[in-house]
Amino acid sequence: MRLKSLLPLLVFVALAAVLWIGLGLKPREVPTVMIGRAVPEFDLPPLDAKTQGLASATLRAPGVKIVNVFASWCVPCRVEHPQLSALKNIPGIMLYGINYKDNVADARAFLDSLGDPFAAIGYDRGGRVSIDWGVYGVPETYVIDGSGKIVYRHVGPISDDDLNDKFKPLIDRLREGA
Amino acid sequence: MTAEIGHLALALALALAILGALLPQLGAARRDPALIAAAVPLTIGQFVLVLISFLALTWAYVVSDFSLAVVASNSHTEKPMLYKLSGVWGNHEGSLLLWALILTFFAALVALLGRNLPARFRARVLAVESMIAVGFLLFLLLTSNPFERLSPPAVEGMGLNPLLQDPGLAFHPPFLYLGYVGFSVAFAFAIAALQEGRVDAAWARWVRPWTLVAWVFLTIGIALGSWWAYYELGWGGFWFWDPVENASFMPWLVGTALLHSAIVVEKRDAMKSWTVLLAIIAFSFSLLGTFLVRSGVLTSVHAFATDPARGVFILGFLALVVGGSLTLYALRAETLTPGGLFEPISREGALVLNNVVLATAAATVLLGTLYPLLLDVFTGAKGTVGPPYFHAVFIPLMTPLFVALGVAPFLNWKRADLKSVLSRLWIAAVVALIAIAVAAYLTWGGPVLALLGVAVGAWMIGAVVTDLMSRLRQGGRWMRLPRAQWGMSAAHIGVGILVLGITGATAWNRESLEVMRIGDSLTIGPYTVRLENVTPTAGANYTAVRGVMVVSDKDRPVMTLYPESRTYATPPMTTTEAAIRPTAVGDIYAVIGEESKGGWAVRLYLKPLQYWIWIGAGLMALGGALSLSDRRYRIGAPARRKGAAHAA
Repeated sequence: MRLKSLLPLLVFVALAAVLWIGLGLKPREVPTVMIGRAVPEFDLPPLDAKTQGLASATLRAPGVKIVNVFASWCVPCRVEHPQLSALKNIPGIMLYGINYKDNVADARAFLDSLGDPFAAIGYDRGGRVSIDWGVYGVPETYVIDGSGKIVYRHVGPISDDDLNDKFKPLIDRLREGA
Repeated sequence: MTAEIGHLALALALALAILGALLPQLGAARRDPALIAAAVPLTIGQFVLVLISFLALTWAYVVSDFSLAVVASNSHTEKPMLYKLSGVWGNHEGSLLLWALILTFFAALVALLGRNLPARFRARVLAVESMIAVGFLLFLLLTSNPFERLSPPAVEGMGLNPLLQDPGLAFHPPFLYLGYVGFSVAFAFAIAALQEGRVDAAWARWVRPWTLVAWVFLTIGIALGSWWAYYELGWGGFWFWDPVENASFMPWLVGTALLHSAIVVEKRDAMKSWTVLLAIIAFSFSLLGTFLVRSGVLTSVHAFATDPARGVFILGFLALVVGGSLTLYALRAETLTPGGLFEPISREGALVLNNVVLATAAATVLLGTLYPLLLDVFTGAKGTVGPPYFHAVFIPLMTPLFVALGVAPFLNWKRADLKSVLSRLWIAAVVALIAIAVAAYLTWGGPVLALLGVAVGAWMIGAVVTDLMSRLRQGGRWMRLPRAQWGMSAAHIGVGILVLGITGATAWNRESLEVMRIGDSLTIGPYTVRLENVTPTAGANYTAVRGVMVVSDKDRPVMTLYPESRTYATPPMTTTEAAIRPTAVGDIYAVIGEESKGGWAVRLYLKPLQYWIWIGAGLMALGGALSLSDRRYRIGAPARRKGAAHAA
């Protein structure tokens, strides 16, 4: 076998490797039609007895609220967990979770091992409610203002930079406006 | 119920595809005629089942069955029927189903029309097609099931993205896919040839029409997409070097190279392993395009669903198909003995130049497309190269190709005399010089590089017409010329017109952005545009404001433009409907935007020669179709000849 015939394969292997790494990188922002709209009407049961359910009424309460759509089977959700905990610790912020297409035992194990940052977790077993939110995939995070409108949507895991450059300034601005 | 039938049909199609991928290969290896013969019914069965599945999904859209998740996410009861139908493929799941449908359709065509292929060879080709079908059907069933139920069903759908509610775009994906998937046939032929260890003139004669079919569809598909971007996005541009556009452009470039190199295999028995490699790469680029669009590794104006799980699947599939076929190539390419020798200055030499340039161009586009990803992977930084990179690379790369395009048809096979050929091309050279002079006079002070575009465009047209004339003089009556000759000439003139159109629309584009009050006037090029009125209006599922603009040429009104800004309710979104009218000078393009400061934000463009782009692309596709109808290909198909005998 001469190198000449082997070359296309080698080029492809290098390309595939780059694409593979690329898959693990942060998914980019995807535009959504939901920005500026009121949160969709929904009422989700709690994940289990240890937490509370989530309904649109909760999200219309005053103050800045953050909704994180997560699943135990989603690796990036583990990656962003420290950042979620940091978000939770910002005073006056309410962090809620929507558990997406998961089973209860796995989700509970996920929260027990990493810690549960959420004030309440709605259990969206079939992903029905997430469709109304326009969720493309997990994780996704929504910021909701005092009037119950969605003001920001983050696709993919929240990195430290995202936390400091996107979420914190936005939260500050929303607070000033309120 | 229909949805369950569709789902079941898809699962059965997968079963047939697995059998179809294995049994014929086994049969070919063991020379077992029964297993070899099984390839045909297995292939046709897949097509019928996928068709049933596709019709079931279409039905769900027609009756607005919102118990299906995809229908609820993408359709709406108030949508016009055309867009309910185009909504079938206006989303990830449905578009993959369309892909699978076209794939099995092409495979079934090969099964039916390929009766003159050696049975063993055909079995191998069909097995490769089935293998690809296995990948796509698995992808559908595992990660993107279009028949997933929603419980409880939605009362109303979310609606299709209004930008996609457009006739141009309704037909853009099917054409694009016909092109992408069409290359799977050339790919399957290449794999079968590597397995059999034989590539000859007959092989090239089978591959060329299939490649040509794919190429014609891809050309139309890309042109439709570009046309849509031009009039719907309201930016006045027709090509943005966006990853999704590039994803369709790369297979086109390689497919064009394949089209030309297969000629050398057919006529001269040379460039065999290269042609096989091109056939593999053309389809690999089609798959890569799917990966880039569906996985979300690159940002794009085409906001498709991004789902890493789907990305992992496609990448795995890509690795298997492309990695596997390139491994096979590495092992077997040397068994393809090189044939006829030729001098650098010869028809073969010119086609080699064509291939080198087109392959380099494809690699360049690939690099530019993946650059943001490479940058991110190796440095962690974000950035893109954008149009400046592509322009800087494409102009020097394409210029020699375009010059050679004029010369090549005059060159003899094996060895040609460049001097005598060039002496026959003096008319084309004069045409190019006159074109430069006219363009320089009309656009004095414009970009100098534009004159190069005008020169090569005019040179190509002049040279192709010279070639046609001399062939007509030799051959006597024009009807005698084979259609392939007409096809080539039409396609090459199309390239010339396209180059002129691109040059005009980009280099001499005039643009004006103003806030206009009713009664205000604006001058663009030789025209004065007056905003007469702005009126509210409504369509089936949107409301709009419509501007009334009178265009005058030296105080004489020549036309009225009605640009609209539409607001859709589901999903809530505003789209611009540009008013575009061709004039002698070029397209006048008007967009009306938001109300501000008591007036409206109005954008006006004058795009010289813009419509030449569509004419050029149309001629290229027409040329391909003409060439496809050539007698040579019909003679190759005894089934058809039998049919003709019956008719007579």
